[in-house]
Amino acid sequence: MSGQDRAASAGAAAAGDAAAAGDAVAAGDAAAAPKLKIAGLMKRFGRGDRAVTALEGVDLAVAENEFVSIVGASGCGKSTLLSLVAGLDEPSEGTIEVSGREVTGPGRDRGVVFQQATLMPWLTVQQNVEFALRGEPGLSRGDRADRAREFLRLVGLDGFERSFPAQLSGGMQQRVALARSLSYGPDMLLMDEPFGALDALTRRTMQELLLEVWEQHRLTVLLVTHDIDEAVVTSDRVVVMSPRPGRVQRIIDVPIARPRTLASERSPEFRGLSDDILALIRDAPRTG
Amino acid sequence: MTSTAPPRQSRRRARIGRPIGRPAYLATAVGTFVLLIVIWALVAALGLVDPMFLPGPGEVLGALAAQAANGELWADIGVSAFRILVGFVLATVMAVPIGTLMGVSPRVEAALEPLMDFIRYMPVVAFVPLTIVWVGIDEGQKFLIIWMGTFFQQVLMVADAVRRTPRTLVSLGETLGLSWLQLLSRIVVPSAMPRIWDALRITLGWAWTWLVVAELVAASSGMGFRITVAQRFFQTDLIIGYVFVLGLLGLVLDQAMRAAGRRMFAYQEGRA
Repeated sequence: MSGQDRAASAGAAAAGDAAAAGDAVAAGDAAAAPKLKIAGLMKRFGRGDRAVTALEGVDLAVAENEFVSIVGASGCGKSTLLSLVAGLDEPSEGTIEVSGREVTGPGRDRGVVFQQATLMPWLTVQQNVEFALRGEPGLSRGDRADRAREFLRLVGLDGFERSFPAQLSGGMQQRVALARSLSYGPDMLLMDEPFGALDALTRRTMQELLLEVWEQHRLTVLLVTHDIDEAVVTSDRVVVMSPRPGRVQRIIDVPIARPRTLASERSPEFRGLSDDILALIRDAPRTG
Repeated sequence: MTSTAPPRQSRRRARIGRPIGRPAYLATAVGTFVLLIVIWALVAALGLVDPMFLPGPGEVLGALAAQAANGELWADIGVSAFRILVGFVLATVMAVPIGTLMGVSPRVEAALEPLMDFIRYMPVVAFVPLTIVWVGIDEGQKFLIIWMGTFFQQVLMVADAVRRTPRTLVSLGETLGLSWLQLLSRIVVPSAMPRIWDALRITLGWAWTWLVVAELVAASSGMGFRITVAQRFFQTDLIIGYVFVLGLLGLVLDQAMRAAGRRMFAYQEGRA
């Protein structure tokens, strides 16, 4: 366990180097500065008559080490929002800041877990994690191997280091992807319906794992999901979006005590929140 | 008890894609060859066709054996294989990088793909006289014909293979901070490699065809040259023998590349 903590702090230190300059400027109000700040965000696809506005007037601030989920009907632009934060797409208007710096493209400060596990099929499980560590300065080949093994152990995949992705189930592949995203110590974890393609039982196991891992490695998480229970049980706040164009409809605080487990879902408090959010999504205004 | 159970169907119904075992597959495949050879031997033995046009399997084998004994067969195969090797390798080392660029860059695609598509449909055979005018009738002309016959096909197939790289794999590389060149070398090319290998395997088969075309027209050695000489002396048994050897060489090479591909890309299967 202490080995994992060391690895995580080493990763954070490496990733934090570039952010140090920004932190120094904002040192006075560091506690108040959000990790992620989205202001006046608008995204339009296409041009002229055929243009579709996917997002409009989106404002959102996420604090350091906060776990925030985004839910909403399909077509509400939640995945678009995530890919904009990841820097994989450019906003039409508005700004996105991570650690006080404007996002201009993808970067190692933001780890992304996609809906499909997106592992390199030609690399073993171990090599897939090491692949992400090749960009870490000051890590020897041996360090990389050790770090990869540590994070594979964290997600319960010790013994599968030499397997190829095609030999693993969908859930195990997604565990590798999670280990890979955590291994290089990004400031933020962006997850785009990471368990959406898994069967119900595996999804439960993965949610449990995510809760456990997050308790051990606190970091800022933005989770896009269509599973309301998943959003409530994992998150500090749930952002409910309404479609066409995608807007933030409501932000719901989840005051359920941590550490949480899936058993938390049985509390009346949880059910109440979950039902409220479902009602919000069902009755979402359909403007535009 | 048996009377209450629904009657079992005694005959299996034909089903699309029902797998057969490997031994059954092999036996059936060999059976087809054997059947054809038997029919051929019968036709020849019964004298249904003038042996001048269709010699029997025995004569063909005999002609090949004589050719092997005097060493000409091996020399012909050697010369032809060398020409294939040079022409095919030249085409491949050009097609893989150019095709990759066409696959990843819409601008390169726009600049080259329509042109390549156009050239691809020009019959290579029609270029044989022109290549003789351009480079003469020595080795260079053979390389050029094989190159022309394979390069333009390869480049389009490689571009297509590269285009099928999953978008999310590239996105992932971007979030890991990889540069354009690193994305290409660490993600796009390895991802496309199995399909590129397939493209090479298929075009290698075509390379043999273009080789013989080049050698039939203007050569003083090689498999195609021997066939033209044999034609002059009505040695149909030798012609048929050489055609078979060409087919066999193609089959062996194809199987060798398949086997190598299965080994190199074993990771694609759920077992390894």
